[in-house]
Amino acid sequence: MLRAYLPILILFLVAFGFAAFAVVASYLLGQRKPTRVKIAPYECGISTPGYGKTRIPLRYYTVAMLFLLFDLEVVFLYPWAVTYKKLGLFGLVEMMVFIGILLVGYVYVWKKGALEWD
Amino acid sequence: MNLNQIMTLLPLIILASFAMGILLIGAFAKNAKGTSTIGYIALASMVFVFLSLFLFVGKGKMAFGSMMRMDVYSIFFNLVFVVIGVLTILASISYVKITGIHSGEYYALILFSMIGMMLMASSTNLVMLFISLEMMSIPIYIMAGFLRNDDRSIEASMKYFLLGAFASGFFLYGLTLIYISTGATSYQAIANFIAGTQRWNLSKLIWVGIAFITIGFGFKVAAFPFHAWTPDVYEGAPTSVTAYMATGVKAAAFAALVRIFFSVFSPFQHDWTSIMWLIAVLTMTVGNFTALVQKNVKRMLAYSSIAHAGYLLVAFVAGNAMGRSSILFYLLAYAFMNIGAFTILMVMAKKNDYHEDLDSFAGLGFKYPLTALAMSVFMFSMAGIPPTAGFIGKFYIFSAAVKSHDYWLAVIGVLNSAVSVYYYLRVVVYMYFKEPEEEIPTYRFSAPTVFSIVLAVWGVLQLGILPGDILNIARHSIMALM
Repeated sequence: MLRAYLPILILFLVAFGFAAFAVVASYLLGQRKPTRVKIAPYECGISTPGYGKTRIPLRYYTVAMLFLLFDLEVVFLYPWAVTYKKLGLFGLVEMMVFIGILLVGYVYVWKKGALEWD
Repeated sequence: MNLNQIMTLLPLIILASFAMGILLIGAFAKNAKGTSTIGYIALASMVFVFLSLFLFVGKGKMAFGSMMRMDVYSIFFNLVFVVIGVLTILASISYVKITGIHSGEYYALILFSMIGMMLMASSTNLVMLFISLEMMSIPIYIMAGFLRNDDRSIEASMKYFLLGAFASGFFLYGLTLIYISTGATSYQAIANFIAGTQRWNLSKLIWVGIAFITIGFGFKVAAFPFHAWTPDVYEGAPTSVTAYMATGVKAAAFAALVRIFFSVFSPFQHDWTSIMWLIAVLTMTVGNFTALVQKNVKRMLAYSSIAHAGYLLVAFVAGNAMGRSSILFYLLAYAFMNIGAFTILMVMAKKNDYHEDLDSFAGLGFKYPLTALAMSVFMFSMAGIPPTAGFIGKFYIFSAAVKSHDYWLAVIGVLNSAVSVYYYLRVVVYMYFKEPEEEIPTYRFSAPTVFSIVLAVWGVLQLGILPGDILNIARHSIMALM
């Protein structure tokens, strides 16, 4: 049974080996002439605006978490939409209950002011 | 899913609707900090759940495509959870006011985690088991950190969450390994597979899987090598939450543990008994001996809760019908005595000064004789002195060990119980025989708190003096499991 996974293991080894080889080879063979610009952190080609370890408002995390939650709701809606005809009325009711529960969460979040940015 | 199945889920539906309603009321209410109205709504939900449970007595009904089973066993545990819920909510009503906890979220989370507990007691599928474990745990991670301005509470929440997530990882991995080696997630199918396969043909991974889910359960019930989080979390969490999780989580975890080990892994009973034997002995001993030196009563109760997990594991190791039914009985008795003791601590709590030290109990017997009497009843019960519930519980547990010819286990258990008398009675000695060093502050007794204490005392004495009915029900519930 495990033999079926052998290609995946080989793929892992090749990928890891290639990455290790590339890093080691460039370390051993490459020339190093560091300049200030060269050793700066690379960020999409734009020069970095400041120090990386600044404080970030907690709001970002709240928004990210809420986004994740309500985004996952859509993930559940897709399979339901695909099998909608098969599930019929039962599926509709079930989904309404599901969305209703999420709606309660949404109203709660809204009322608590987690969506306001200041 | 027809109407019949929906009816089976009625207790859960009631809980969920109330929890969501309470959440919304809490968000829309003008001043939701410490309102008691929401507490009474939560209490009403307990009453409805209690009544709805009686619709199912005697019927082993399945729901969610037979992922859960509402049999007598789960109904017994659901009743235990209702008892825990009622006692906790009653005790919380004034505690929430004192500490300024947001009551909307607080009561909603209690109900949400109770849904998880109920599902855990009735799940008959590995997937359902894991989901219910998380449904129970996540609200409690939040609740442990409810005193946002108290460093200890935040520490408790963080520690519990990190270690709990780690333990959940082990648990989930264990479930996966069992699925790999048997090819099924439903208890019935796994049991059939094990019964239909020769022992040496079974994949070795099933042993690793069983070991891993033992780790997961061991963490939740605070058994020995996985108990390190207990004192800090129990001490730091708000006292009402400590009471709730010490009893509720333990009961739910034991419910699931007994169901899966005795209905699925019973062919391997000889194999896991030896390991569980060691865990039970070490859990009892470590819990009791560490509790001996505690000066903080809340922390002492945390260690005592480890010791009680050890006693329950003794019954689990004994493994006979008597042992299994004594687990059920002991969990109910433990709910009464433990929440009762924590309620007394809640009465003594003031804002920013929780009066949890042993010295705060000095001379309590003179100024508040009834409170001291109630506390003495709880302490006697925990120590296992007749005529209390704790005595009967321990009696049945150790008899079960003797009955399965595990005399050493019974002896070690009784010796441990004797050690525990020292630290339980020390509280009583402080209350009656020690002069208070400073003036005892005036404690306020609100009606719900008093009711909760009276209910707990009644429970302890009722189970201690007339245990027959509950023992019969427990025995009957165990039968439904097989």
